[in-house]
Amino acid sequence: MTATANREMRGDPDGLGALGARVVFDRIEKRYGAVVAVNDVSLDIAPGEFVTLLGPSGSGKTTTLMMLAGFEIPTAGEIYVDDDPIAAVPPYRRNIGMVFQNYALFPHMTVGENIAFPLQMRRMSRAEIASKTGEVLELVGLPGYEGRYPRQLSGGQQQRVAVARALVFNPRVLLMDEPLGALDKQLRERLQLEIKALHEQLGVTIIYVTHDQEEALIMSDRIAVMNEGLIEQFGQPTDLYDEPATRFVADFIGESNFIDGTLTQHDGATACVDVSGLGELHAPARPGYAAGTVVALTVRPEKIVAAENGSAPGMNAVAGVVEDVVFVGEMRRYVVRMPGGQRLVLKAQNRIGVQNFERGDPIRVCWNVADGRIV
Amino acid sequence: MATLTTEMAAAPREAQSARFAALRRREQWRYLFLLAPALVFLTAFYGYPVASMLMRAFYDPSWGGQNFAPLVEASSTVEVLGLSLPMNVYLRVFWITLQIALVTTVCTLLLGYPVAYALSSISPGRANLLMMLVLIPFWTSILVRSYAWMVLLGQEGIINEALTAAGAIENPIRLLNTRFAVYLGMVHILLPFMILPLYAVMRGIDRNLMRAAGNLGAPPAAVFRRIFLPLSLPGIAAGCLLVFILSLGFYITPQLLGGQRDVMVSMLIQQQVDLLKWGFGSALALVLLVLALVIYLVFTRLLGVERVFGSARA
Repeated sequence: MTATANREMRGDPDGLGALGARVVFDRIEKRYGAVVAVNDVSLDIAPGEFVTLLGPSGSGKTTTLMMLAGFEIPTAGEIYVDDDPIAAVPPYRRNIGMVFQNYALFPHMTVGENIAFPLQMRRMSRAEIASKTGEVLELVGLPGYEGRYPRQLSGGQQQRVAVARALVFNPRVLLMDEPLGALDKQLRERLQLEIKALHEQLGVTIIYVTHDQEEALIMSDRIAVMNEGLIEQFGQPTDLYDEPATRFVADFIGESNFIDGTLTQHDGATACVDVSGLGELHAPARPGYAAGTVVALTVRPEKIVAAENGSAPGMNAVAGVVEDVVFVGEMRRYVVRMPGGQRLVLKAQNRIGVQNFERGDPIRVCWNVADGRIV
Repeated sequence: MATLTTEMAAAPREAQSARFAALRRREQWRYLFLLAPALVFLTAFYGYPVASMLMRAFYDPSWGGQNFAPLVEASSTVEVLGLSLPMNVYLRVFWITLQIALVTTVCTLLLGYPVAYALSSISPGRANLLMMLVLIPFWTSILVRSYAWMVLLGQEGIINEALTAAGAIENPIRLLNTRFAVYLGMVHILLPFMILPLYAVMRGIDRNLMRAAGNLGAPPAAVFRRIFLPLSLPGIAAGCLLVFILSLGFYITPQLLGGQRDVMVSMLIQQQVDLLKWGFGSALALVLLVLALVIYLVFTRLLGVERVFGSARA
């Protein structure tokens, strides 16, 4: 069920948050001199969707967000919010809410004045401002905090005020630029869930920027993985994790093994990868790959199991030597050196019935062919 | 490792903490030692002479308050807000001094604010380069710069010559020895003192706040009025205070560029010294000092500089 339908079901069609807008990036490009910060980015974001731009620093994710907010003007392309082109509209006429990385709360104003600011700019009456301010502070769990100054609040409270200020004028799109980056892990995890709940409650379109892949997986409806100004993949968290389009995505999201080899046979449903010193491994075929190309077979560590005699059909099996063991609590993480010298990481649950290995032990590992992927 | 633990256990705790306390004390003394030369120098060559000079107001030529009497003796009255106040030539000089200081402060603020804003908005590297231009006046003495203004503004100065040659005027206009010339010279000399504190405060303002305000629907004028201006207040306060108090004591520039009516307190004091009336000169100096202190206190209290400073840092 979409967030919109959710709200209408609850009989609250025009509550605090406006319904989300559709946002379209149409072949957006941003250059700084010879440097291309954002290269031909196209995204179609549905009304009420929670989309995360994920990537390492310098990948162009923040620049993309800044162009939507209006602080940067693209060198080519157009941005549409509900079919209105906005790339040339000044920021103060865009009606897009934004939570800044360091919150950007006005230090000389109280919490109440901070939240009232966007309403004053929209020439609302005093009474209306007071009631809306109270309402939105209630929403973010800080009722009665109007009179405090930002410096008197903890990081988490400042973050909530920033969210309240960005939502109080009913924007149809909310932008968040690494809003949890400055908080400690526990608080971050709690606020992730709170923001997600707020999103479901309000139905506003959220575009979220982070470099934290776990945060992206937890919160997003869809994730756009960016690297060097390009979108590597745009899809649901499960798609990104299970079917990474590129080696970068497989590496950036979760942990992956990469076994380098050459594609020897690529027809029908299965591809054969010849790995030097190891022999042939199998993976599901992918369109667009031809026999003879150098590829990597990628497989997640948790999909690999240690098995004495696991050479059933539909399985890849490799014999190797345990090179390193790390005890992580709920599991053991093994580094296995395979014939030919390449290494494989696997995770074994820490429970009775799972065999433990020591450094130097011979080990035989296998995984389902369907769990592998060619990139 | 084992020996270390034994040693630690053996060391009596009191002796240990006494040793640490001694170390801390020695550290504090070291800092005091660093301060000492400047402290001694200032006391001997500044504190003592100033104090002894100011004391003269009370005992030269004889003990008592007679040096302050001319200041309160009314030779005429002046109406201020319906109140009839005493007025005499000395009070008039104080009044002119305040006027000149005030106008100079306002002018430097109006001229310096945009400059500081521009400097604080460009990259620090380029700002440093341009800051050199702001600071160039410091490389020449006030005397030389005041003479330069005389060359420019005189009856046969460059400006009058140029205007006459261009046919804009027939006879040279009086530029030198006017109040205008005093303002021109003082603003020129004091402008860096306004720009520097403004720039320092403006550099510290998080530019994301401007972006946030724009994002929240504020057009540029509102962003400036509601966000940037209030956050730059500490710089305005510091700059105005600095310029105003420096203006109060100006001597060379008004002397060289001003007319007969543009007498400032410092010039009056110099006159008394010429006449060997040390006591009255000291009394004037003391009043000027107290005036500056009172203005400083009132100003900081009115603007609540501490509060503004505190919030700008948050």
